[in-house]
Amino acid sequence: MSALSIKNLWKEYGDQIVLENASIEIESRAFVALVGPSGCGKSTFLRLLLGQEQQTKGEILLDGTPLPKEPGPDRGVVFQRYSVFPHLTVLGNVMLGKELKASRFAARLFGAAKREVEDEARTMIAAVGLAGSEDKYPAQLSGGMQQRLALAQALIMRPKVLLLDEPFGALDPGIRAEIHTLMKKLWHEAPMTVVMVTHDMREAFTLATRVVAFDRPRDRPEEKLRYGATITRDIAIWPPRKAGEASLFRPDRDGPVSSKGQ
Amino acid sequence: MRWINTKPGQGARLTLALLPFLLLLAAYMIGSAERLADNPNDKLLPGLDALGAAIQRMAFTPDVRTGDYLLWTDTAASLTRLAAGLGISILIALVLGLVIGTLPYARAMLSPFVDAISMVPPLALLPILFIVMGLGEASKIALIVIGVAPIMVRDLALTALALPREMIVKAETLSASSWQIALRVVLPQILPRLITTLRLQLGPAWLFLIAAEAISSDSGLGYRIFLVRRYLSMDVIFPYVLWITLLAILTDILLDRLRIAVFPWSELEKGK
Repeated sequence: MSALSIKNLWKEYGDQIVLENASIEIESRAFVALVGPSGCGKSTFLRLLLGQEQQTKGEILLDGTPLPKEPGPDRGVVFQRYSVFPHLTVLGNVMLGKELKASRFAARLFGAAKREVEDEARTMIAAVGLAGSEDKYPAQLSGGMQQRLALAQALIMRPKVLLLDEPFGALDPGIRAEIHTLMKKLWHEAPMTVVMVTHDMREAFTLATRVVAFDRPRDRPEEKLRYGATITRDIAIWPPRKAGEASLFRPDRDGPVSSKGQ
Repeated sequence: MRWINTKPGQGARLTLALLPFLLLLAAYMIGSAERLADNPNDKLLPGLDALGAAIQRMAFTPDVRTGDYLLWTDTAASLTRLAAGLGISILIALVLGLVIGTLPYARAMLSPFVDAISMVPPLALLPILFIVMGLGEASKIALIVIGVAPIMVRDLALTALALPREMIVKAETLSASSWQIALRVVLPQILPRLITTLRLQLGPAWLFLIAAEAISSDSGLGYRIFLVRRYLSMDVIFPYVLWITLLAILTDILLDRLRIAVFPWSELEKGK
């Protein structure tokens, strides 16, 4: 289970109110796309979910428990840039999380334990379509491949919630379509809830089960400082998408769906 | 075609690179020949044969008093001091740079202190070092450390701080502790910079070494230069200066090769 419950969330930086009274219930296994104009607080909202920043007021519950005040392995993340480590190979990047978790002091695994993690990492790498690139460094990968790597690196930790901050914004349309197919597959297969910030409406409606719009209800220059953005629209996609199930009306709409991870 | 769009080919580049060196050499030879024509005993700009003789004497003939080959014993003495000084500086820079660049509390405490220390002119401290640590090796090594370590600490701390916040957050979502982030995320990414900052500090390190050796020593490249200065032995000084420069250039090139060999990813990232 991985339901998020956000209640009356406020975020202020000094006098500047960025986010104002945002509340939303996100059911387990949903795929929520956050959209809205620049500077409307959707990235701030994501950083609050991530634990990178703290809300001024309100609470965020994950399965009924308040979130810890810092990022942790229950919430995976993929940023638009800098999501992978340039000094590690593809294999090293994907293995890192498992190594950190298993070896608290040396932060490295050896022998049989290492081989086990390596096998798991290779499976994950193949699942995101990077088989054959295991020994390359991120600088040798294209932008799309780097984001695939970032997904693999986050998903090997089996997070309850996957947070995506404009992950595909820098990719060209062809690559983006390919990675959308992959994203759908991963969401169907892994037992997680996804929250994605995007500027691309088409992307939002292609992937999400719900599209949530942020906006500033009061946006006159003299109001900008003291009134923040909030959730103004909450659109459920119809016909509904369900994780792990093909669409009832157009079974091919979301591509091949397997029941793994259910 | 505009000048900014014209590029030299392989051969032209080599010729152009050698040109300033050859010009300098030619200027020296002309000056030397003119002075020697005026006065065959001139010591200021010795000719090539005099330089060759001095090199033969210093490098390949045992000293009559000690039986040592002076150039090599001087080189060994100087390089030992330099290596000790730079080695200690590297350790200090790595530990402090990592801690300052990673932990806000350590940064609050140590960063202003290191910044202040790095502003103290090291040569002004040399008398204090001689008084406190004596005239032996310790004070010379200490001078190098005081001269280069603070700058290296600051450079590595800045490099660690310049790492994108996203990477640190990403590591946290992969369950990393502060220690693990320092060990597996920050440290490996500042190591290539450590080599680069070491290369940049080679010049200052040699400066401090030679200054210390000039004042009090009984061996070393700097000691020899300042010793023979009393006899106006330019035939020894010039080859020694050339030798020091050569050593510094070689170290510089080797260190960069080392970086590329050990951290191939740092070279790949460069092009971005």
